[in-house]
Amino acid sequence: MELIFEKSVSGRTGVRIPLSDVPKAAPLPEEVRRREPVRLPEVGELDLVRHYTNLSRRNFSVDTNFYPLGSCTMKYNTKVTENAGGLFASCHPMLALLPGGDKLVQGPLAVIYELERQLAEITGMEEVTTQPLAGAHGEMTGIMVIAAYHKSRGDRKRKYVIVPDSSHGTNPASAAMAGYEIVTVPTAPYGDMDLDLFRRAMNDEVAAVMLTCPNTLGLFNPHIAEICAIAHEGGALTYYDGANLNAILGKVRPGDVGFDVIHVNLHKTFGTPHGGGGPGSGPVGVRGDLVRFLPTPRVVRREDGSYGVEDHPEGIGRVSDFFGNFAIMARAYAYITLLGREGLIEVSEQAVLNANYMMARLKEEYELPFDQTCMHECVFSASRQVQNGVHAIDVAKYLIDRGFHPPTVYFPLNVKEAIMIEPTETESRQTMDAFIEVMLEAARMAREDPERLHRAPVTTPVGRLDETRAARMQQVCCE
Amino acid sequence: MAKFYTKEHEWVEVAGAQATVGISEHAAHELGDITYVELPKIGKSVKQFETLAAIESVKAASDIYSPVSGKVAEVNQALDAAPELVNQGAESQGWICRVEGVNEAELGALMDAAAYAEYLKGL
Repeated sequence: MELIFEKSVSGRTGVRIPLSDVPKAAPLPEEVRRREPVRLPEVGELDLVRHYTNLSRRNFSVDTNFYPLGSCTMKYNTKVTENAGGLFASCHPMLALLPGGDKLVQGPLAVIYELERQLAEITGMEEVTTQPLAGAHGEMTGIMVIAAYHKSRGDRKRKYVIVPDSSHGTNPASAAMAGYEIVTVPTAPYGDMDLDLFRRAMNDEVAAVMLTCPNTLGLFNPHIAEICAIAHEGGALTYYDGANLNAILGKVRPGDVGFDVIHVNLHKTFGTPHGGGGPGSGPVGVRGDLVRFLPTPRVVRREDGSYGVEDHPEGIGRVSDFFGNFAIMARAYAYITLLGREGLIEVSEQAVLNANYMMARLKEEYELPFDQTCMHECVFSASRQVQNGVHAIDVAKYLIDRGFHPPTVYFPLNVKEAIMIEPTETESRQTMDAFIEVMLEAARMAREDPERLHRAPVTTPVGRLDETRAARMQQVCCE
Repeated sequence: MAKFYTKEHEWVEVAGAQATVGISEHAAHELGDITYVELPKIGKSVKQFETLAAIESVKAASDIYSPVSGKVAEVNQALDAAPELVNQGAESQGWICRVEGVNEAELGALMDAAAYAEYLKGL
């Protein structure tokens, strides 16, 4: 497909810009003026529309195909919640911060306040901030709150944050960004952080323990209450990475278990767009005595029932402009409100049921390193296929040929040749069966015709890309 | 020269107070095609088993831990342009750096080649 620049014809235009009736200002100083005119594509409106329409058709999305990318919770986002995001498009984000401006934005402030209450209820936390703009941003915000807590107590010797080796890479990265040193605890044979090794790693220099539960293997850690107790005994706080909250909605509240801080990913659990289609949102919830450290400002509900914005002087400051990604919050608020308590419980039940169905049907052909009931996702290994020279990447590429987005591969790192499948609750049994058939077909092919898998994908505009060369010889300049 | 290995799959070859450090053939194989090696700064002081460098492959990014304490004296600059040297010879031309001021007593916490081979069998 041609680039839009390659379609450019000098002098062609899709719009007629009116002549300026604004008096000419003094010219910009020489040193800040560009040396040559900016290169923009010159195309007519129809060429432009066709270009982007055709480009969008090459997009692979949940709206077009099954997308069981483990650890990402690629659930379908309903159009009704998508529309909620656009309802406030005409509302200026500064309005709430101007003197008297809060009177003009009672609706949006109510959405923020009520969403924070909903998330506090779901996670078992006292208060929530919706400011963080993504999951990892939430982690950093949470760890900064923990640092502020220790500092407020004059406890300055704590310099370590403990993470299990199966944690999301963002956990150690966020803690390191906040200035902590990382201690990694290995996984025990039961598939989660080794309790004895954790106990040994705990001391009075540990500021926090970060856990993802269910963990990246899709397993629920039966020791989380004990881990919280051990951490608290040593004066450390506990951080719950809510990336996998979809598995426990309405079933377990991390606050009840003893966790002090949590972040949730609205773009995973609460049906808002992901990544490039985002932006994301990673609200953070905290227990009662940490509320004063939450970022400023806070949206409050006054005694007369109106909503306002208040400074939060002891907080860690601002972590984003305004109140975070508001249009995303509006979608999540609609999602939670429409589903209600029973609906959210059904979400997690269906998500876990679907993942277990996948696991049960695929384990005949694919090695299941941790063979136990899983939560929202299951992790296989292509180790049996490796004996025929077929690797996880080959299976993944073959799935593309058959119209499926591959699962996450080579993650988590503690499983060799990992294939990590998360169907989510929004997929039908028929869709899952179709995917399972292709996975079983790939396993048969690995025995009978491994070359076919090595060649995959063959149905895409470009075939197997040389990922190594792409990573080694990065050329990101467009000449 | 004596060669030792860590449980994290680094190797160290010690000659007097100077040591050459890299990742094991096994580690290089497990990582797959190496795409980038973040070399340590010359003069950096490291403690045994603390982070020394980082390595990225098409599959993963990992820290490299120092098998011994000391000061980084030299790094394998060739890896900047050709990280594939680690795949071609992780325990030869794919060495990562040289560390000086090595305390021989620390070697007791490492495995020799036979013990490492045994350790790999158990993985």
